[in-house]
Amino acid sequence: MVLSSIDMSALAERLAADEVKGRSLWADARSRFIRNKAAVGGLILLIVITLYALAAAHVSPYAYDTADFMIMGHAAELGAPSWESGHYFGVDNDGFDVFVRTAFGTRISLFVGIVGSAIAVIVGTLYGATAGYVGGRTDQIMMRIVDILLAIPYMFVLILLLVMFGRSLFMLFVGIGLLSWLSMARIVRGQTLSLKNKEFIQAAQAAGVPAWKIILRHIVPNLLGIVAVYATLLVPDMILTESFISFLGLGPAPPVTSLGALIAEGAGTMRYGYLWSLNAPLAFFVLTQFAFFFVGDGLRDALDPKDR
Amino acid sequence: MTIPLLKVEDLRVTFQISREGDMPWTKPLQLHAVGGVSFELMPGETLGIVGESGCGKSTLARAIIQMVPATGRAVWEDGVDLLSLSSREMLKYRSDIQMVFQDPLASLNPRMTVGQIIAEPLTTHHPGLSKDEVKLRVKAMMDKVGLLPNQINRYPHEFSGGQCQRIGIARALIVEPKLLICDEPVSALDVSIQAQVINLLMKLQRELGLAMIFIAHDLSVVKHISDRVMVLYLGRTMEVATSGDLYSAPQHPYTQALLSAVPIPDPAAERAKRMIPLEGDLPSPLRPPSGCVFRTRCPRAEARCAADAPRLNPGDHQVACHFPGPLAEFRKAMEEA
Ligand code: SF4
Repeated sequence: MVLSSIDMSALAERLAADEVKGRSLWADARSRFIRNKAAVGGLILLIVITLYALAAAHVSPYAYDTADFMIMGHAAELGAPSWESGHYFGVDNDGFDVFVRTAFGTRISLFVGIVGSAIAVIVGTLYGATAGYVGGRTDQIMMRIVDILLAIPYMFVLILLLVMFGRSLFMLFVGIGLLSWLSMARIVRGQTLSLKNKEFIQAAQAAGVPAWKIILRHIVPNLLGIVAVYATLLVPDMILTESFISFLGLGPAPPVTSLGALIAEGAGTMRYGYLWSLNAPLAFFVLTQFAFFFVGDGLRDALDPKDR
Repeated sequence: MTIPLLKVEDLRVTFQISREGDMPWTKPLQLHAVGGVSFELMPGETLGIVGESGCGKSTLARAIIQMVPATGRAVWEDGVDLLSLSSREMLKYRSDIQMVFQDPLASLNPRMTVGQIIAEPLTTHHPGLSKDEVKLRVKAMMDKVGLLPNQINRYPHEFSGGQCQRIGIARALIVEPKLLICDEPVSALDVSIQAQVINLLMKLQRELGLAMIFIAHDLSVVKHISDRVMVLYLGRTMEVATSGDLYSAPQHPYTQALLSAVPIPDPAAERAKRMIPLEGDLPSPLRPPSGCVFRTRCPRAEARCAADAPRLNPGDHQVACHFPGPLAEFRKAMEEA
């Protein structure tokens, strides 16, 4: 009896001991990411670019859709970048302020990239996880549909869509959204298949946990890593697609613009003997691409399941 | 006479295998992973199941808890056939039968804390419990399996393999099951840690009055923990006996071959011992041999073995063989011949 009362008090003590904090895989990944200089640099660059895209219109005295008629047609002589005039990046041949136009184009390009990749994340993850978890014939049919859609030359279809229904941001989203989720669905399905056979899923099934809870609690959190990486790498891809379309002159109609359209314009006015209306959008385009790739790469290294 | 906790009769698991590139109308191949296994398990008893990998022992265990479809009967102590239940009706029995898995780390979700992992079966079966109550029970269970309760917020990757297996055991026992199925719970662990985990399982079994089905491919591990041992080969029962009988007087040539491969701690005995090599490979379960499935590798095989399959003889020491008998007798007969 004495012994067991000692036992009991020792037990109570152990039960009341302070809880040690654990290090989740997310915390591990975060510290790995922070140690990656290129990725952190990319992230900072992205933040700066985003701030520029959002704030430029408030900093500059000029608006993106009003032209300076004095300079129109004489950009090479009168429109050079200068601090005093407030045209920090110069003025283009139509009399628009390049600083504000580039910010506006960056905003649209980022928007297209992020929305396209968000559609991919939501549709692709749900589609892929369902196909992978249900399996069997359903999976076969769902994935064959993806294969068929992937086989379509999508740039061609996208251009046709824009020609048929007119150039608009909405049409661009529809076109990009229709296509971007396909490879995401494939990746997620593959991951789900391999997760489904993990013993911790079996353990949950054996314990009687309902299927939807298994998907939400066990499958989705373990997919998030790869989805995050892929989504980050998808954004520059989407921006590139949009820019290409805009470069061809099929992007959203003016005065709405995007980096691709601005680059096309800048390239067109090169023969007038000035480069600033090409340089600014091109620089932001390249920087955005690099920044997203570095961040995506850093995320991949940080979340790589092989490191576990 | 006490009622068996679980009575399995003629349990069969057949997988349909369709090969890559098959046309949709070609008949899939039939893989008989478990071909008619029967046994009884008394409350508080431990049944060891032994066999080479791929002999269907894990499939058998998973069939009982309806994780793979099976035919036959698995009658629980209240007379209900578990195999006939819908998944909703089965839910009630899931807390009575829990499972410990082979790979300690893979059986724990890397994104959940130990506390969440252990609590999951508890909150699934008793959704009404308050958070504090759940936490208290989880901590008490952690203490019971030899984990520090203050580690409740840690993640699986912060623990060693042996500790992870303790977490798995805690998760299984938190709903106070009557039957614990251990699917090779120690084969992924270091030898020194194996003993700790086995001793823990035995201690918990005594305290909680658990029945256990203990699966292993290693006879020496099973010997220590089991009351009775069943030897499987290609999904069929070869021999069932009490642990003592099986190890001291194995009757089936397959059991004898398995036993001869177990090292004996006494060096003299080890040297004197003669290995019976198992010749050839495990036949493909897609095309099992006719008659006795063991005949392709059996030193005693004769024409009769190919013609008809031996049945388990009734009794305490069950053997499925046309020519059973101790090894020594067989050797003598061989030398005389
Ligand atoms: S029945 Fe024949 S082949 Fe099978 S184990 Fe016995 S002796 Fe060997």
